[in-house]
Amino acid sequence: MSNQIIQGILLGGYYALIACGLSFMFSVMRIINLAHGSLAVFAAYALWLLASRFHVSPFAGLLIVLPLMAAIGWALQRFLLERSARGGALLPILTTFGLAIVIDNLLFEQFGADTRSLAPYIGSLSYDSWEWPGNIYVGKLAVIMFATAVVLLGGLQLFLTRTRLGRSIRATSEDPDTAGLVGVDARRANAIAAAIAMVTVGLAGAFLGMRATFDPYAGAPQLLFAFEAAVIGGAGSLWGTLIGGIVLALAQTLGAQVHPQGFLIGGHAVFLVVLFVRLSASGLGVRGLLRLGRTS
Amino acid sequence: MSLLSVENLVVRHGLLQAVRGVSFTIERGETLALVGANGAGKTTLLRAIAGAHQPAAGRVLLDGADLTNIPSHRRVGMGVALVPEGRRLFVQMTVEENLLLGKTAGRPGDWSVDKVLEMFPNLKPRRHAKTGHLSGGEQQATAIGRALMSNPGVLLLDEVSLGLSPLIVDRVYAALQGLIASGTTIILVEQDLNRALAVSDRVICMLEGRVALEGPSKEVSRDEVTKAYFGLHRKGTGSVPA
Repeated sequence: MSNQIIQGILLGGYYALIACGLSFMFSVMRIINLAHGSLAVFAAYALWLLASRFHVSPFAGLLIVLPLMAAIGWALQRFLLERSARGGALLPILTTFGLAIVIDNLLFEQFGADTRSLAPYIGSLSYDSWEWPGNIYVGKLAVIMFATAVVLLGGLQLFLTRTRLGRSIRATSEDPDTAGLVGVDARRANAIAAAIAMVTVGLAGAFLGMRATFDPYAGAPQLLFAFEAAVIGGAGSLWGTLIGGIVLALAQTLGAQVHPQGFLIGGHAVFLVVLFVRLSASGLGVRGLLRLGRTS
Repeated sequence: MSLLSVENLVVRHGLLQAVRGVSFTIERGETLALVGANGAGKTTLLRAIAGAHQPAAGRVLLDGADLTNIPSHRRVGMGVALVPEGRRLFVQMTVEENLLLGKTAGRPGDWSVDKVLEMFPNLKPRRHAKTGHLSGGEQQATAIGRALMSNPGVLLLDEVSLGLSPLIVDRVYAALQGLIASGTTIILVEQDLNRALAVSDRVICMLEGRVALEGPSKEVSRDEVTKAYFGLHRKGTGSVPA
């Protein structure tokens, strides 16, 4: 049992990593990026292309792909999200939904339906493990992922609270109009925030490719996991995202214990329970939702 | 040359014309009070000077440089700072973080967090408290401090006494008195006519988006301002403002 719990916690590191960018974008830019999973898969493909075509190790490839993702984030904000946000709160969600479809199908057109993985390019790391006391084996990759998630979330937290740029980004997320009045360039702050979010998406994509396989349509399930982890942890809270990822992974692991098909069900069940508890706590319970449905 | 001049400024909110051709200038070190009824266009005028509203016509000049097409965040760097109506603090952030944000534009000067805390000693114990948890007076002090941190050449104060108890208003104005004495150029909007006349060198009374009266604060009588305030000076027009 303790083995399952440890494996679950480590898997939670991956979910936290993939939820990190989604949560960051929501908390500082008030944008729900439905292209999140597809962008992670895009990053995985970019690393795969570098590795298979140019023999660049995926870790070295990050040096190329992460700046590329940052540039994509910047451009995404400047040319797509900023413009669509002028049309109301719903429009950016629809825009990113459309973007996800475009990315998925471009990847399909370019790379076909074959399933890919970065595992062949990282040597023995994909299957090596350490033995921990109590006869527990933990995958090296899983430990690296968990450590990356902790460092990334902690680093983002420090960045937001301790640096001038981080404060500017938080001020912009709270009140862009007033941020401008105290001297913050709100457009620049948002573009930088989007670039940072996409760097975390690039990292998540890299680990997605290393720990498992992906295909052009693998983005949607990744988005779902990211969403569930972010909601369980409390959307917008960075450390909450880590907790959310761990809770989601534990629920899935325990679900799989109960029944071989229970892996996803366990995660979804915990997600729904947390969602309803949160809604009830905010005064909008199940009964409130039903009332809402009747009156509208 | 005047430090700041506003020339025939027109600002619209959609179909509503809030500011209709306002012109005035302010000299370095001068304190100008803007008075007028609610909806007279005072706040809109200040926000247009700070760059939060784009004017439909007219210009704003700072030291002779045209500010009209410059966004608000760059105007802060040029020395225009607004303390907005209702404080508009970043409530999720601490007093110190709010103050440090004022430094974003990087305009050189001698304002620092410590100097602001010296000016508003009531903020000292609240330095690391979130501004959402502060009292109205503490919030107002933080908002003024945040604007001062940008080392402004012109400080725009929009109804700093709004929602504060008379005692706290006295304290805020005592602190402002020090600023005025040190030669900071200030434009302030104030509902309390006596106070506006007492602290300012010059007063402008606005009515329905226009300047109804302008004169040195020492020379205009309370009666004249009251007439301009309610539009009673416009004889024969027959219009009664709502």
